[in-house]
Amino acid sequence: MNKSLVLGLAAACAAALLPPAFAQTEDPVAADFDKFRAVLEQDNPAELWEVKGEQLWKTPRGPKRASLEQCDLGLGPGVVKGAYAQMPRYFADVDRVMDAEARIVHCMITLQGFTYEELAKKPFSSATKTPDPVSITTYVAAQSAGMKLAPPQSHPKEKAAYDVGKQIFFYRAGAYDFSCASCHGVDGQRIRTQPLPNFTSPAQAIKANQGWPGYRMTGGVMHTLQWRLNDCFRQQRFPEPDYASEMLSALLTYLTVNAQGQEYKGPGIKR
Amino acid sequence: MRLGSAATIAAGAAVLAACAALQPSPRDAALALMQRDFHAEGIAGMDRLKEDDVQAACNEYGNNPPAELDAKLRAKQYAGVKWPADGKLMGDWKSGEKIAQRGRGMTWRDKPHQTSRGEPNGGGCYNCHQIGPDTTSFGTIGPSLYQFGKLRGYGTEIQRYAYSKIYNAKAYSVCSQMPRFGHAQALTEAQIKDLTALLMDPASPVNSR
Repeated sequence: MNKSLVLGLAAACAAALLPPAFAQTEDPVAADFDKFRAVLEQDNPAELWEVKGEQLWKTPRGPKRASLEQCDLGLGPGVVKGAYAQMPRYFADVDRVMDAEARIVHCMITLQGFTYEELAKKPFSSATKTPDPVSITTYVAAQSAGMKLAPPQSHPKEKAAYDVGKQIFFYRAGAYDFSCASCHGVDGQRIRTQPLPNFTSPAQAIKANQGWPGYRMTGGVMHTLQWRLNDCFRQQRFPEPDYASEMLSALLTYLTVNAQGQEYKGPGIKR
Repeated sequence: MRLGSAATIAAGAAVLAACAALQPSPRDAALALMQRDFHAEGIAGMDRLKEDDVQAACNEYGNNPPAELDAKLRAKQYAGVKWPADGKLMGDWKSGEKIAQRGRGMTWRDKPHQTSRGEPNGGGCYNCHQIGPDTTSFGTIGPSLYQFGKLRGYGTEIQRYAYSKIYNAKAYSVCSQMPRFGHAQALTEAQIKDLTALLMDPASPVNSR
């Protein structure tokens, strides 16, 4: 890890020192970052949280002193392989669609006896703490690395979640009249130097899922899609979305179904 | 039996049709879900989820309202532009450059008219626009504003256009992606004057270089 980390940092420093070219065609800054990421991903720091998540999954914990090995992620109790790539999906026991982290939170509540309130109180990583659902989600996601995204759309509630998610994606409101589509609705745009993927396009929609959960170099912490969507709504100048809520599962259904059939590479690295 | 099942199917279809009529539309379902699954945080109250007339028209018509409605809304937005009491549209381009560079404000932990750090809100202009010649890290969501005054002329009418466009972009294009900085009270009158100067002062690097 050390050698490639050093190489990666050297590449990033070289990129930072070079004068940024006038960017209208290709994005040199973004291209340099992609190179940096490619080097770093050979030994991805996300693996540290993957290992921690696996321990958390298998260890009896919580008031009920139970492990998560009976948690049903949609493919049967305890089946983790491939489950992340096939969510969000409908779960009959709760009669709603859940994304991976929402389902993990549900299992921590029902099997281990944690409460939603304690899990939702500080759900995102800081410099000093990574919440358990983040590590567990990283572990679960890693077991779908290299698989094609295949969120099911056979149950009426899965179809409804897609339609509702689409409405949320395009809904303009708030102080700045923004929607998700303000940044992610057209091809080829940038905010500052950051390229903005168009999530309505099947070819680019994978970028909503790719690299998440991700080790974010800003702050050096592990984040999941729950954090990413939370921060999008913050910058959209909306109120705050409830952690692991049905609303976020619906939005994730829209984003993931749009990327149906694309390969998910597993936990990654973000800037 | 056959007749019976046909009748059953017909009755079933009627029930299904009735249920379909009772099913909320995806939009209504989304609105209800957002009402339930967002919470107010700091200065961002739940009122921010409520569409005003402009947002409602853009959401309903996919950002392309019918011409008549479009014209009506534009006129109303333009009528709401508050012009400077002293009649001066231009401030200090140097302050304008700082406002254009900064993008903070109006999020959960910010204050009503200030950032969380107690600074004035930013306009975030470079997030979307090319503006001055020294900043290459500009976004491309909006058009380039480099040489704004030089290309359009420095007259009062263009000053008025720049000021009112920043104050309320929807006065010109109802479903513009640009925030309504004056209308939303995100930027002050003085800040909008400074931004107008950034674009329109012949001495501003936007025009002079």
